[in-house]
Amino acid sequence: MDMALEIAVAAIKIFIVVNVVQLVVAYTIYVERKVIAHAQMRLGPMRVGWHGLLQPIADGLKLFLKEDIIPDKSDRIVFVLAPVMVLVPALVVYAVLPFSATFYITQINIGLFFILAISSLGVFGIVMAGWASNSKYSLLGALRSAAQMLSYEIFLGFSVIGPLMLAGSMNLQEIVHAQSDVWFVFYQPIAFIVFFIAAMAETNRAPFDLPEAETELVAGFHTEYSGMKFAFFFLAEYANMFVVSTVGIVLFFGGWDGPDFIPLPGFVWYVLKLSVFMFVFIWLRATLPRYRYDQLMRVGWKFMFPLVMINIFLTGFLKYLFL
Amino acid sequence: MELYFFYMFAGGMILTSLLMITRANVIHAALLLVLTFFFLAGVFVLAGAEFLAAVQILLYAGGIMVLYLFSIMLMNVEVAVRMRQWHRQGAVVLVAAVLLGLEIWAVLGDVEFAKPKQWEWSLGATPGNVEALGAVLYTKFLFPFEVASILLLAAMIGAIVLAKRRIER
Repeated sequence: MDMALEIAVAAIKIFIVVNVVQLVVAYTIYVERKVIAHAQMRLGPMRVGWHGLLQPIADGLKLFLKEDIIPDKSDRIVFVLAPVMVLVPALVVYAVLPFSATFYITQINIGLFFILAISSLGVFGIVMAGWASNSKYSLLGALRSAAQMLSYEIFLGFSVIGPLMLAGSMNLQEIVHAQSDVWFVFYQPIAFIVFFIAAMAETNRAPFDLPEAETELVAGFHTEYSGMKFAFFFLAEYANMFVVSTVGIVLFFGGWDGPDFIPLPGFVWYVLKLSVFMFVFIWLRATLPRYRYDQLMRVGWKFMFPLVMINIFLTGFLKYLFL
Repeated sequence: MELYFFYMFAGGMILTSLLMITRANVIHAALLLVLTFFFLAGVFVLAGAEFLAAVQILLYAGGIMVLYLFSIMLMNVEVAVRMRQWHRQGAVVLVAAVLLGLEIWAVLGDVEFAKPKQWEWSLGATPGNVEALGAVLYTKFLFPFEVASILLLAAMIGAIVLAKRRIER
């Protein structure tokens, strides 16, 4: 009976999280369109509702009603499974994210490692989509994506080691508790910069959106997708942005914990920090031009990789000396 | 509870590996291999080795298999599908399988297996072993650990040397 109750509670939490994430994703897309529009001296969506506030709902309806096209020469099973393979890892990761001191689905000892492992699977969906579409643009997008995500995963993985060494745990809640005095971003500025760049590349966001570079590859790996399948890729991209932002907040900015002199509930702090992160993501997309492929690889392997290695060494050295 | 999960993971592993070796399409086979790794990671979790499970997914599924797919996608899959799929060596295989089975039976037949570890099954309470693994790796098994890292370093240097020579020509 006890076990059944636990499972029921977990199921309710999962239901809440998944639905809230989807709603928030819809409105993040709206905010993104608005912010980019204003950055380019336009107004953005204005027609549906007050200042276009109902635009996400209209877009969702449109995607639902759109014809679902599966190309003739495609590999049908893989083609249909690919969007699922992208979205499922993106949502599974939410199982271990700490939203506040009390609200989380579960806590496991290898929390951070679990996130890295599961989010490394998203690339399969992209590769599957690119290959199954049987289109040259899609395949090129998928190949770029595989190389990009594989290399930046390494920098992402190494950049979290510094904060991990300071916290002494991979449990996300314990990492938050370890920062109750000072945020790790002050101890680990190098790690944070590398983490942030790698996170942008992992989520295929501008300036690293080479897999879907519209000026050269039409829409990259999801060129042939339409309707809800296309929406899945979109959902997954934004869900992943929330995940990397949350991991960044937990590792470097004290998670749901805020300064003591401003008494706000943990969840509010989390939402505030998340909004800042998302705004910076959108801001950078509006500001920076896209990297070229060889530049992307050069920055990664010749600049960021040595940097994280030095950071790990320094962290260990300084921790041994002073802590 | 664990027993059901074990049968689910083990059965899934056998099923996906069988499907994997019988597919004509290499991409399908590679994707099924990824699934096999997943079930294997599940078995690791049941054995209390959650860290190994995550490593299994991160390295094998997320890293190595992506490289596999990467190289497979660059070749013409349709040609491979049209090629002869069976080598008609059934008789040889049968003899080899029977011999191997007898060997396994002879060696493992009278071995006493350790009882599986049991723990209270509840959500969010898995036994931790990250610290234990780290401690053991850097004390008791330091020498094998160093040997493995030197091996990997040698492989890395070898790969760079091979690639560089090709460029210079």
